[in-house]
Amino acid sequence: MQRVVEFLLGLLFGMGLLISGMTDPGKVQGFLDLAGAWDPSLAFVMGGGVVVGVLGFGVAKTKSRSFSGNPFHWPEMTQVDRPLVLGSLMFGVGWGLAGFCPGPALVAMASGHDKAVVFVIAMMVGMVLFGRFKKRDN
Amino acid sequence: MQIDWFHFTPGSSFIGGILLGIAASVLFLNSGRILGITGILEGVLAPKAQDISWRIAFLLGLFATPWVAKWVLPEGFIHAPRIEASWGMVILAGLMVGVGTRWGAGCTSGHGICGLSRLSVRSLIATLSFMGTGFVTVFVLRHLF
Repeated sequence: MQRVVEFLLGLLFGMGLLISGMTDPGKVQGFLDLAGAWDPSLAFVMGGGVVVGVLGFGVAKTKSRSFSGNPFHWPEMTQVDRPLVLGSLMFGVGWGLAGFCPGPALVAMASGHDKAVVFVIAMMVGMVLFGRFKKRDN
Repeated sequence: MQIDWFHFTPGSSFIGGILLGIAASVLFLNSGRILGITGILEGVLAPKAQDISWRIAFLLGLFATPWVAKWVLPEGFIHAPRIEASWGMVILAGLMVGVGTRWGAGCTSGHGICGLSRLSVRSLIATLSFMGTGFVTVFVLRHLF
């Protein structure tokens, strides 16, 4: 039953990405193009998501366990450190170059867009490579 | 500054955003998990028993989106994505997104939606960072070349 709920939430999230326009790189780049013809739509996506999220996570803070009985996996890191900033700066460059971030790229891949498929493969390669480097560091 | 009124979709973007917020809230309230695509993929790349099945279920739901959308959304509502980047650029961008999101421990969903909703300073800094370089990158792409 839990797996069905999680499947439906993945679907709901995907519908949100599709309806909001996030799966269209042209729209993402239109938002990032402050100096050109600017499309502010993405600010509304984030606004809508955060308005609901503040309520949802606010309710979670008052509870000790999730509905499924599993504990809440609150992110543990609170410190602003170099990896956070450098990684995010790098992600932003890639995001601007193609107009894809991970979630929308997965949906566009499932829609069968060839460039999205190649983007996702490259992204997975990047994720695996990062894991290798990190292991060598430790 | 000049607004692109032709592509501007405040209504559907806000509604889509609300769906993202509902999915993120319910996944946390129900399963106790943060809806971050980077984190979800990370757990699939290094699978652990008891931890993998919710990730697979969620991703299958995500992959089912285009098929379900064809059924439930009015025809012509979703237009084809405009992908301007060349093949080389797509590969470079994918690599940078893959490395960057793991290095920075999150992307637009984990930091941008969940993190900001939790009022996390870390996620605020991450979001400002990737938006910042996103703005600069598109400026360089579209206005300097």
